[in-house]
Amino acid sequence: MLAARSQMAMSLAFHIIFAVVGIGMPMLMVLAERRWHTTGDGVYRDLAKQWAKGTAILFAVGAVSGTVLSFELGLLWPGFMRYAGSIIGMPFSLEGFAFFTEAIFLGVYLYGWERVPRSAHLAAGVIVAVSGAASGLFVVSANAWMNAPTGFRLVNGQPVDVNPIRAMMSPATVPEVLHMIIAAYAATGLAVAGVHAAMLLRRHESHFHRAALGVALLVGAPAAALQPLSGDICGEYIARWQPAKLAAAEGDFHTQNGAPLRLGGIPDISRQETRYAIEIPYGLSLLAFRDPHARVQGLDAFPADRWPPVTIVHVAFQSMIVLGMYMAVVALWALWHVFRRREPADNRALLWALCIAAPMGFAAIEAGWTVTELGRQPWIIYGIMRTAEAVTPMPGLIVPFLTFTALYCGLGVIVAVLLYRQVVRSA
Amino acid sequence: MTLSLATAAAGAVGVALNGYVLLGGADFGGGVWDALASGPRRDAQRALIGRAIGPIWEANHVWLIIAVVLLFTCFPPAFALVGTALHVPLSIALIGIVLRGSSFTFRSYDTHSAADERWSRVFAVASVVTPLLLGVSAGAIASERVAPPAPGASFASAYLAPWLTPFSLAVGVFVLTLFAFLAAVYLTVEAEYDSALQEDFRRRALGSAVLVFVVALVTLMLGQRAVPRLRTELLSSSEALALHAATAVTAITAIWALIGRRYRLARLAAAAQVTLILWGWLLAQYPYVIPPTLTVTDAASPPATLRAVIVALVAGALLLFPALAYLFGIFKADPASPRPQDDRR
Repeated sequence: MLAARSQMAMSLAFHIIFAVVGIGMPMLMVLAERRWHTTGDGVYRDLAKQWAKGTAILFAVGAVSGTVLSFELGLLWPGFMRYAGSIIGMPFSLEGFAFFTEAIFLGVYLYGWERVPRSAHLAAGVIVAVSGAASGLFVVSANAWMNAPTGFRLVNGQPVDVNPIRAMMSPATVPEVLHMIIAAYAATGLAVAGVHAAMLLRRHESHFHRAALGVALLVGAPAAALQPLSGDICGEYIARWQPAKLAAAEGDFHTQNGAPLRLGGIPDISRQETRYAIEIPYGLSLLAFRDPHARVQGLDAFPADRWPPVTIVHVAFQSMIVLGMYMAVVALWALWHVFRRREPADNRALLWALCIAAPMGFAAIEAGWTVTELGRQPWIIYGIMRTAEAVTPMPGLIVPFLTFTALYCGLGVIVAVLLYRQVVRSA
Repeated sequence: MTLSLATAAAGAVGVALNGYVLLGGADFGGGVWDALASGPRRDAQRALIGRAIGPIWEANHVWLIIAVVLLFTCFPPAFALVGTALHVPLSIALIGIVLRGSSFTFRSYDTHSAADERWSRVFAVASVVTPLLLGVSAGAIASERVAPPAPGASFASAYLAPWLTPFSLAVGVFVLTLFAFLAAVYLTVEAEYDSALQEDFRRRALGSAVLVFVVALVTLMLGQRAVPRLRTELLSSSEALALHAATAVTAITAIWALIGRRYRLARLAAAAQVTLILWGWLLAQYPYVIPPTLTVTDAASPPATLRAVIVALVAGALLLFPALAYLFGIFKADPASPRPQDDRR
């Protein structure tokens, strides 16, 4: 089972980067192209075209790695699909359509510069951006169901009265979707801003990179600044619906009233405590339940065979918060410049800070998904089906795991090289 | 055949497969001809294939995703069964899908032209392997060998035996030649601006039409032994015979149109031929999704799910078909001139 989980985790971790870019980049291209229309400044047209090339590469890899995932649901988790396919197939079907729309209009957008009218081209871009976000919404709502299953009744362990529409509206849907879509804009926007900030550090006067930085910050900075708020909504949800996940994320072993918020620290399972953490008194109770004295369940409220892997979840959660906070601070700093009508490109310290922030969004997304997925363990459907019951009986799963890992590592390197060349050429 | 919700959902899976075979299949066939490009117009052939596939392959690929999600939403046990017994060939097909899509895109956007050759090779191999293994998987299902692994069964008997048969391999080869045939016929229309190039693909289309016929015969012969039930289904009822007659008519029409250089008619006939072959198989299997154990009714999800999916399908189709018409209208309506390529590099 470890191999199956590893293969799924690796496939998701790989795909999520491209999926996020597929949500974020169309937004950037559309804004740049729109600016070209309104200002008549050709640099924005060049920018949209340049970004479109990067998007084409990333989108193709996202499309094929997404196909792998849709098959892997059956290849690795036939037990899960047999049980849950009828309940959560709906959002996947809708996602299929959203993705279809995205692929069609991306084709128009990438290859249609000379073939369709200007306004139709921009409209195609808008459709790509909207359907990209819709795809994200649908897929994440399927994951939300795994965390907080609804839309059916259990009779003798079997789901009956299935309502696939209600299943999409799990209590986890709104927090998860909000957090993920904003994350996509924040990560993509700040990553692109970071790349162009790096180019500006070398060629300070480049009109092209200044324009690029402006558009990228327009998307990335507000999203990064707002992300802690959506994270707070997620925290409230988890405290109520998945207390074991929260306890693991916080490294909280003991149930108590007025629980403190822990920053950092390393959970020590054998001693049942999280060491070296900075504790903010009443912080967790306040954040999770809006009441400094609220009772927060620790891991001791759950039998040990229902604990998620505490150390990884805690470390991943803390990493996500640190990365997200850094991004939020840099974003606010950049927004402050815009508010004061100063060019962010003129502040070298800010450019450096943006360079450092560039990979952080993606790292934070990986960490966040680690919390979501590992924090749900040992369940594949929270409280209903254990992951071990869902896995394929096929032996030797280590072979496909290693094969796909090698394949994706190779692809990752190639994509990075190709993107690097595109960026260098644009300079 | 009564039209229940489950049958309608099964029909929708069939339509998605049909879309994939006609469009995605031809893109794989294009990869085959890219690999086999030869003669004085070798580079022109490859350029034509690249231009023909470029704007549309991602949309064409989505038909497969639609088929898969419909299968697991509407017939979850069938999906679980296929995913278990055909883990190996489907995994290999997936690797092919990943490599085909990414190598094609890398070739288009790699700024080092020296790398073209390398991506072409990956693209070509993946374009051959993927349809082959998808065909093998289809052959395994048709030959009634996809079943839950018996307790204590060896790896070979549970995970190789279902698909590693002469019949399944023949179906794989059949699918591959069929896709190559389809692509060659489509490319004769795409090459309308250059009669020499058009002749290249006309010859290829005719050659592969003959090959399709030969492979089909071999596959049927193997099938007689491998799948007795399918044989009786394929050859017994009058509906089945009518379907075969129609398939034969379209096949002959396609060849006749190619000989007479009536390329648009040939394209229509070839697409109809492939469609009829697919539906011939699906109808022969009906009422089974996975013969001999799972029928459409047994495997179907609860009616609430089927109803919701069918509503979504109708709404989605209303959105999708105009969009597809728009895409193909832009890039396929006027193939009479080579398209500008300047935007891609």
